[in-house]
Amino acid sequence: MARRDTPGLPDFSLLKRLARDQLVYLLEQLPGKKDLFIESDLMSPLDRIANMSTLKQHDIVKLYKVEYKATVSLSDQLCFLIRPRIQTVKWICDVVNADKAVGRFRRYKIIFTPQRFFACEAVLEEEGVFGDVTTDEWAFYLLPLDDDILSMELPEFFHDNFLAGDQRWLRTVGGALHLLHSVYGPFSKLYGIGSCSQMTYEWWREQVEQGEQGARPAEIGSVFLIDRDVDFVTPLCSQVVYEGLLDDIFRIKCGCVEFGPDVTSSDRSVKVMLNSQDKVFNEIRNEHFSNVFGFLSQKARNLQTAYDKRQGMDIKQMKTFVSEELKGLKQEHRLLSLHIGASESIMKKKTKQDFQELLQREHCLLEGFEIRESISFIEEHINRQISMMESLRMLCLLSITENGLLPKDYRSLKTQYLQSYGFDHLLTFSNLRQLGLLVEQQGAETLTVMESKVGKLVNDKTAGKITDAFSSLARRSHFRALSRKLNLVPKSDEEYDLRVPKDMAYIFSGAYVPLSCRLIEQVLERDGWAGLEDVTRLLNGHEFAVTGGSRAEPNSDAQRLVLVLFLGGCTFSEISALRFLGRAKGYKFIVVTTAVTNSSRLLEALLGNHA
Amino acid sequence: MMRSKADEEEYWHSSKFKAFTFEDEDDELSRLKESKQAVNSIRQLVEEDDDDDDDDTEKVSWSGEPVGSISWSIKEMAGSNQKIDREPAFPRIPTEPSTLNKSHSGLSLSSLFRGKAKSENFQSFSDAFSDSVRIYAPELRKPKSEYKDYVCDWSPEETVQRLLQGKAVSLEKFRSLQDKLLLLDFAVAAHDGNVITAVLIYLKRSLRKEVLFRELQSRQTALRHFIHYLTESREQKLLLELLRALGRTEDMALLQYKEHLSITDENNKRDFLKSCLSLPFSAEDSAHVQDHYTLLERQIIVEVRNPFRSGLHWSTGCLMLRSCCQAADRQAERGGKVEIYQRFPRKASILNMPLITTLYYCCFYHYGEPEGTFSSPLNVRRTFKISEKQYFVTALAARAKLKAWSDVDALFTGRNWLGFTRKKSPLSFHRVVDVLQRNSAPTQVLQDYVALIDDAELRISLAQKLKCHDIVISTFRDMKDRQMLVAYRGKVEPGSAPERKIDDLLNNQQIRWKN
Repeated sequence: MARRDTPGLPDFSLLKRLARDQLVYLLEQLPGKKDLFIESDLMSPLDRIANMSTLKQHDIVKLYKVEYKATVSLSDQLCFLIRPRIQTVKWICDVVNADKAVGRFRRYKIIFTPQRFFACEAVLEEEGVFGDVTTDEWAFYLLPLDDDILSMELPEFFHDNFLAGDQRWLRTVGGALHLLHSVYGPFSKLYGIGSCSQMTYEWWREQVEQGEQGARPAEIGSVFLIDRDVDFVTPLCSQVVYEGLLDDIFRIKCGCVEFGPDVTSSDRSVKVMLNSQDKVFNEIRNEHFSNVFGFLSQKARNLQTAYDKRQGMDIKQMKTFVSEELKGLKQEHRLLSLHIGASESIMKKKTKQDFQELLQREHCLLEGFEIRESISFIEEHINRQISMMESLRMLCLLSITENGLLPKDYRSLKTQYLQSYGFDHLLTFSNLRQLGLLVEQQGAETLTVMESKVGKLVNDKTAGKITDAFSSLARRSHFRALSRKLNLVPKSDEEYDLRVPKDMAYIFSGAYVPLSCRLIEQVLERDGWAGLEDVTRLLNGHEFAVTGGSRAEPNSDAQRLVLVLFLGGCTFSEISALRFLGRAKGYKFIVVTTAVTNSSRLLEALLGNHA
Repeated sequence: MMRSKADEEEYWHSSKFKAFTFEDEDDELSRLKESKQAVNSIRQLVEEDDDDDDDDTEKVSWSGEPVGSISWSIKEMAGSNQKIDREPAFPRIPTEPSTLNKSHSGLSLSSLFRGKAKSENFQSFSDAFSDSVRIYAPELRKPKSEYKDYVCDWSPEETVQRLLQGKAVSLEKFRSLQDKLLLLDFAVAAHDGNVITAVLIYLKRSLRKEVLFRELQSRQTALRHFIHYLTESREQKLLLELLRALGRTEDMALLQYKEHLSITDENNKRDFLKSCLSLPFSAEDSAHVQDHYTLLERQIIVEVRNPFRSGLHWSTGCLMLRSCCQAADRQAERGGKVEIYQRFPRKASILNMPLITTLYYCCFYHYGEPEGTFSSPLNVRRTFKISEKQYFVTALAARAKLKAWSDVDALFTGRNWLGFTRKKSPLSFHRVVDVLQRNSAPTQVLQDYVALIDDAELRISLAQKLKCHDIVISTFRDMKDRQMLVAYRGKVEPGSAPERKIDDLLNNQQIRWKN
């Protein structure tokens, strides 16, 4: 019997403290005054765990952003806090070599985070500065964005791993998992699907085997690992849950959003932290947008009543009111007006672009209904040059749900897309095809022919492998079949009350249960993949369910704490769906992700039209 | 391999530590320990084992790992120092790629054999290492004299194991192709991209590229890593050679084409695109690249060059005359002679804009021009085979923006066989209305098109939204819907013409209302 209460969460602020202490330790190893160069995408994460005074305390005089320009720093000691990227290291080499050329002597230290790569050090060696520059690692794996969200802040995982096929971040993810296991484990069960998940599991398992475990009470019960490419449909859908909408429209960065003048109705922009500390936000973040207005106005009325209490108070009561309640009310007032402003701005933007029609087309694609109409809708969207990203998103959604486009449609839509948004998107289309996001339908014969052709070229064993290499071509999404087997699209003839959601489909207005979350639900319910063989076959396999022989009693709180690790990013909508599932089934989910993503971020990583 | 002497000194002087050698190991170690304690005052010291970090100093090569940087053990973080019995082991899941890779490592039998024979070793050896990579685990304790030999004895597999732990290793001793490939295959089997790339960099340095390419052909995972490495380090030339060797000509063409993105000068870019035309694209992409080139060439003519002087020929004298008058747009704008540039100053140059933007631009600034001029919308349409619908939408938006309503009207004009004009559109009329309304067309213009929307419901809702009262009223009249008409009366301004019209209808006895 599922329990209705939900267990409490482990204290993840510990992770921040650990990261901060380690950074301090690394800085302490560089005594004396120094300037620190920080890679721009590390600034926000760094902000969450340390502040300027922490850095100042450790003799950092000036902070610079890495901008690939000649340095103006006058310090004798330069420290670079960067991601392990070849281009950044090359720039540092240029800085060092420029100093050498003018006979300037400085000390240089690179702190790679979360780890160093051999390829980066090879650059130091090739550029002749190996030794002049010392390196270190800051194992900052996980940033708690909220009580139940941990992000690795590695958006490039998606591109590097799925598009380029470079597995260098798998170990990093394994490291993050190991960290969680060491601090909050031991885990009793692990489930997963996808080849990256499987490899990560393998790596982690070896670490566990080699290490020793302290006897701690387990704080986390089971773990679910899932590759992003198991489900591309969900992140490509428009988000309609409040937090997801905010992310789609304003772009939440590292748990923080910047509201412009149109939201604040002043001439200033305001940065707002979005997490459970914000009481107003916490109540609406998982709500379907249609409920948000009602909620906010109710809240506003309550606030008014609370303020109105002042009427007829005597001095003493007034004093208590001011000292005890007013501050809270003012805070709530501020937050409320921000979220009302944001909702208004969302409404304005969405009505302007015919959001309703867009959603309707999207739902048709998910249902596999009126495909022709959807194609001409997308075509008009492209013809009118409406939004480059939206057009691409709809094209991909069409392709995945339909298992590829008819060759005729593919060519015509591609041509029109290139005409509307630039011919250099040829490269984007090539990337999308490689990933299987936007493809032409291929007759089954074509594939077999290709396979047997290749098979003749090489010996039989290699043939399988080569077919694997063609798998992006061959890989079919099978969305329709999956949708049927997992009942992802609820029957449309029933009214769906978004205020009282009955399943996870509410996050997409009742039109679609996210595939990723449905898999998690099913596997937890069945305690494994038994009975889901048809589904895993359609998903390309690589599923696993393993038990570690937990000593914890099965009904303890920890056993109902499930850690879900998304390799390649997850969306706020998925997080909302899991929170819903948790409430319904008595679980509590902790989401760990390589980065929070959405359709724009996902597709931007695949755009080919930049140098 | 070793850090240079000067550098080492520099490091040690800069830190609290002093350089140490193996001769005075104990002394230095105790100092190291002291400083560590000082720095780590917040946490307790690790088990003694960790003091053996010296192994790393000796062989620092890949990693410039400073000796003093004692990474945190996760156990410390968890705050538990006790050694307790092991976690019950998790089962191993055979991962497809690794087995596959071993089985076709190109060395056929021998490698298979070795791989299998070692697999036991694999486990036991790995057991010797404690914990995560960030903990620099102690080496197996051996007398120093034996130590050097031991280094040299590492097998490819053991070497990969060390790489996996971020430890210093020398790869130079793997000189036979067989050993090199074993290194690679073990790296691939370990699923660590970082290590795979490390081995590939070594192979790239020590193998002739033809040999490396040949071997990569049957190792897809390694190949992908190599391609990504070359892409990131921008070794375009080698990457192109690799793709050619693999027969991936389309990828090669796209990669070369991609270079145009970093060319800023428009003439250079055009010339580069021209050179791309002969690349082995797919037939489909080849046409797109051709269009890309033609478009940029066209944009340069329209934007910068005076077409007449540049020696382009037109057949008719009329056109010649025209092109004489028509200086290129940049000059026209600067000179301020042409009225339209004053009314609607150009926001940006047309260079490098998409085709449809260019078409829009031509519809905006060069609408009436005859088809012979390069800037004429009709010419653009013909050259690039733009679909009727696409052309229509673009022209509509551009002329609406200019509020050239007669041009807009003319776009729809078709004649039926009786010679009556009637409006037809390749775009559904509610979209037409949308385009017009976005360009703030007045109600008189809008209502003409709202009236043409077939679907009555859609027509009414749009008409209501856009306040085209006449249409709403007549639609309700046609539907004989008295109630709706009465309701609508409340929405129009009292005393206005629409209200009077409604009243007239409601008073009209001849209409047979359905309600």
